[in-house]
Amino acid sequence: MWTWFHKLASPPHFYRIAGKVIPWFSWPALILILLGLYGGLVVAPMDYQQGEGFRIFYVHVPSAIMSMFVYSNMAIAAGIGLIWRMKLAHAVAAASAPIGAWFTFCALATGSIWGKPMWGTWWVWDARLTSELILLFLYLGFIALRSSIEDPQRADRAAAVLALVGVINLPIIHYSVVWWNSLHQGSTMFKSGAMSIEMKWPALAMLFGFMLYFGAVLFVRLRAEVIRRERNATWLKQELAR
Amino acid sequence: MQATGLLRAGALLYARDLKLAFRRWEQVTQPVVFFLMVTTLFPLALSPDTAQLREVAAGIVWVAALLSALLALEFMFRSDYEDGTLEQLVLSGQPLWWLSLVKAMAHWTVSGLPLVVASPLVAASLAVPAAAQPTVMVSLLLGTGILSFLGAVGAGLTLGVRRGSVLLSLLVLPLTMPALIFGARAVDMAIMGDSSRGPLLLLAAMFILSLTLGPFATSAALKVSME
Repeated sequence: MWTWFHKLASPPHFYRIAGKVIPWFSWPALILILLGLYGGLVVAPMDYQQGEGFRIFYVHVPSAIMSMFVYSNMAIAAGIGLIWRMKLAHAVAAASAPIGAWFTFCALATGSIWGKPMWGTWWVWDARLTSELILLFLYLGFIALRSSIEDPQRADRAAAVLALVGVINLPIIHYSVVWWNSLHQGSTMFKSGAMSIEMKWPALAMLFGFMLYFGAVLFVRLRAEVIRRERNATWLKQELAR
Repeated sequence: MQATGLLRAGALLYARDLKLAFRRWEQVTQPVVFFLMVTTLFPLALSPDTAQLREVAAGIVWVAALLSALLALEFMFRSDYEDGTLEQLVLSGQPLWWLSLVKAMAHWTVSGLPLVVASPLVAASLAVPAAAQPTVMVSLLLGTGILSFLGAVGAGLTLGVRRGSVLLSLLVLPLTMPALIFGARAVDMAIMGDSSRGPLLLLAAMFILSLTLGPFATSAALKVSME
């Protein structure tokens, strides 16, 4: 187990493995997302209250879940990097941040587009929306802190501390609909009986599709990061020459 | 081997920081002057009508106090970092979380406390009724404390960074937003004549959280910056 772990952390080994793993993430992601979109936009029945407008939910909810999933992923990676001084873990955290920021942005944007016809407003300052916005700011702060420290190792560790401090926001977002009276509806996705099966499977397909997509993009970014950090190493020249 | 005990070391550091701060008097007064000036801008820009001012007073007081305290945050570790004192503190053998806690407290005494003291004046000028004044002070007492302990983490992380002050606000402001929400709500409820107990208790809980966890994050941040 530990030798496998250490081997994974060595850049040449990781570079090769990541190259092989990417198609295993990207193709299923593509299939699941196409399937989910077809299921959500065509097959699923219309919502009796919200009409066709509810279909944006198939992008909104998976992005919102991903925005938190990616953050927790990033924070765990940052913690591992901080504790065991593992460069690869820091690279995972660094590569996750822009992806997570985009998922957060997508969740906010789709929610806002949905809110206009349903609530009659683009935006309300309630707990869930505000805490999701704060999550976006946390991602941006993480990215800004990393990019403004020149020494890469210091940047890694400083950003990791910040990522861990920001974890406090996650439970607030997750429980905001439970703790406060909010215009935002509660979670229906994991409540049994709240959704019919035709409505639910496309959402699950989208969620898993998004997760695999995250995995694929993460590995692509990690490979790029390995190339950047090891740009003077001989193994890389050999690898790229093949 | 520890030559000096925790409390003694803390007291010495606290006294030293206060002495240094009062020798640079403008650093202590600047946040307060900024606070007074920013809050003067609002009646000029919005309307001098007292009923209207009272409606937005809670938000103005809190946002202005937050920004003024943020202004001073940058200097929490900067001069110690530049002249090497911080390095000596890290090497001193005293637990760094304790020193961070003391430094944050000293910083709060010279930058947060003056704001709290000045706040009744500001609140009165914004037509806040006298009955709401205690809430204004208590909420700001907790709020500036939260900002000092959370801000210490950000100040530690941005040491020696280019354009550090902008970055510092980018890092610290999202973390203090929850405090702003509950603090401003407490003041607002007090102005309306309701009991502000609920939001004040939540604010107190946040204060305790930042007081207990903040110093550990700050010491980690300082260690990263000192490498």
